[in-house]
Amino acid sequence: MTRPHLSPPHSPAAATPAGPRRWLDRQRLVHSALLALMLLAPVAAHLLGEVYYVNLASRIALVAMAAVGLNLAIGFGGMISFGHAAYFGLGGYVAGISAYHAFDGSLMMGLPGSDDMRVIWLAAVLLCGLLALAIGAISLRTTGVYFIMITLAFAQMVYYFATSWPDYGGEDGLPIYLRNSLPGVDTQDALSFFLICFAGLVLSLALTSRLMKSRFGAALTMARLNETRLATAGISPFPIRLVAFVISAMITGLAGALYADLNGFVSPSMLSWHLSGELMVIVILGGVGRLFGPLAGAILFVMMETLLGGLTEYWTFFLGLVLLGVVLFARQGVIGWLAGSERHG
Amino acid sequence: MGERVLSISGMSKRFGALQATQDVSLHLHAGEIHALIGPNGAGKSTLIAQIAGSLKPDAGEIRLGERDITALGVARRARLGLGRSFQVSCLAEPLSVLRNVMIGAQALQGHSFRFWRPVDSDPRLLAPAHAALERMHLAHRADTPVAALSHGERRQVEVACALVLEPQALLLDEPMAGLGPEGSARLTELLETLKHEVPILLIEHDMDAVFRLADRISVLVAGRVIAHGDGPTIRRDPRVRDAYLGD
Repeated sequence: MTRPHLSPPHSPAAATPAGPRRWLDRQRLVHSALLALMLLAPVAAHLLGEVYYVNLASRIALVAMAAVGLNLAIGFGGMISFGHAAYFGLGGYVAGISAYHAFDGSLMMGLPGSDDMRVIWLAAVLLCGLLALAIGAISLRTTGVYFIMITLAFAQMVYYFATSWPDYGGEDGLPIYLRNSLPGVDTQDALSFFLICFAGLVLSLALTSRLMKSRFGAALTMARLNETRLATAGISPFPIRLVAFVISAMITGLAGALYADLNGFVSPSMLSWHLSGELMVIVILGGVGRLFGPLAGAILFVMMETLLGGLTEYWTFFLGLVLLGVVLFARQGVIGWLAGSERHG
Repeated sequence: MGERVLSISGMSKRFGALQATQDVSLHLHAGEIHALIGPNGAGKSTLIAQIAGSLKPDAGEIRLGERDITALGVARRARLGLGRSFQVSCLAEPLSVLRNVMIGAQALQGHSFRFWRPVDSDPRLLAPAHAALERMHLAHRADTPVAALSHGERRQVEVACALVLEPQALLLDEPMAGLGPEGSARLTELLETLKHEVPILLIEHDMDAVFRLADRISVLVAGRVIAHGDGPTIRRDPRVRDAYLGD
């Protein structure tokens, strides 16, 4: 039997698809590596007894999940929301207020509180969806700078509402004395709680990925790239954008509910425009419109905050430098730099 | 003459002091190409925009078949069968040609709030999109990003995007603009066969193409239809020669 060619045949037909395919594989590799790092680092920290780092990983996972939600609006939908803290904070307050009433057995507007996370998550997702429906229905009638400003204005309204409502701590915030519970899981245990956060992150990534490949995703992509084309093809852009905005808010809100449980505390700072800005910075750092951008951005952001923040209180100066570098030289963010640029379908 | 597919009556539009459209009435019949000609600034594109629904007329009525569509939006009109191509191509540049065409097939098959099934492997979207590209001789460009296409190819993609909507009527705004003589001839041939399936309202500056293709011609000057008739009639009309054709 003759040996096959040692070198691969140089047929152009075979060579052409190899290019994008290889990039795709590199992207998959980077995605898997990021997820593995996210999962294995806290497990290692747990084995070493370093609870602080397990909680730090939970924080990264939740901030990343909140940014995954925002990325759906900004990156995939082209809707530059500067008010996602409203949903993050509302989710947090749902967890806090529900736990508060469950703790002292009182009623809230006739409803009992609950310390069951499943109830809290459902309530957080539904309320954030409703709030986003109202805010989106008005804001999405504007575009560009006006959209940025109107989403900010709505979020500030929610912020001032929370600070001036003394029943739930007002400016001081509301403690959650005992972390809310989930049947079959010891939520007090740092690693168990991390796994819940990690599952939330993975789920939100999987949902976004699937969503963007569907008909809805195709319409949303077209709404971002060329809304006249979408309308001329027979699809009204407004309802598509509105639904994407609502889903985006729901993801961020769920992350907020978990974040309050992580800290055992919810305060108006979760609703502040600083937080909206931080989520935006994370999305831009990681790579706007890249599925894993928020995760890469959150890792970088929280690590810089922790490591540099420990050295100097001016750490945001260095964050600014990195952000400047990304905006000027790597428009697709850390993910674009790690995994290569993306090819549209 | 076939039945009326598209009727515009008494349409007017004013921008401040400029009367862009002035009491325009025209009809598109089954099986015909109706050309709309006139000098630059005559209000041709403004008229198309009003018919397609992206601009609201001050007065007048538009009917598609029997149906009054005057109050409907762009997307609704498109789904009812009003296909449109733009003077300046209006496509999603980073997306493949196929993706640009597929979105129309998607619109025809009901609402787009379907979140699960990937479009990449959906034969209900791929088949009509490929068929439309085939008709425009663009099958070989299906996977190319629009950004990499020549000007002429983009015009063809625009027509393919309109065709995939299975339109009742086509509004083509200068489809020949920027095409070389060869591309122009090919498109002329294509439109000639196409008109038997879909009547076409055609805006065009290429007079050879207009006189070859058009069954009827309306001449628009300063927002008003000044002449109307078949090719030879329009060619002879002194007002048209004066206003537009020259000498």
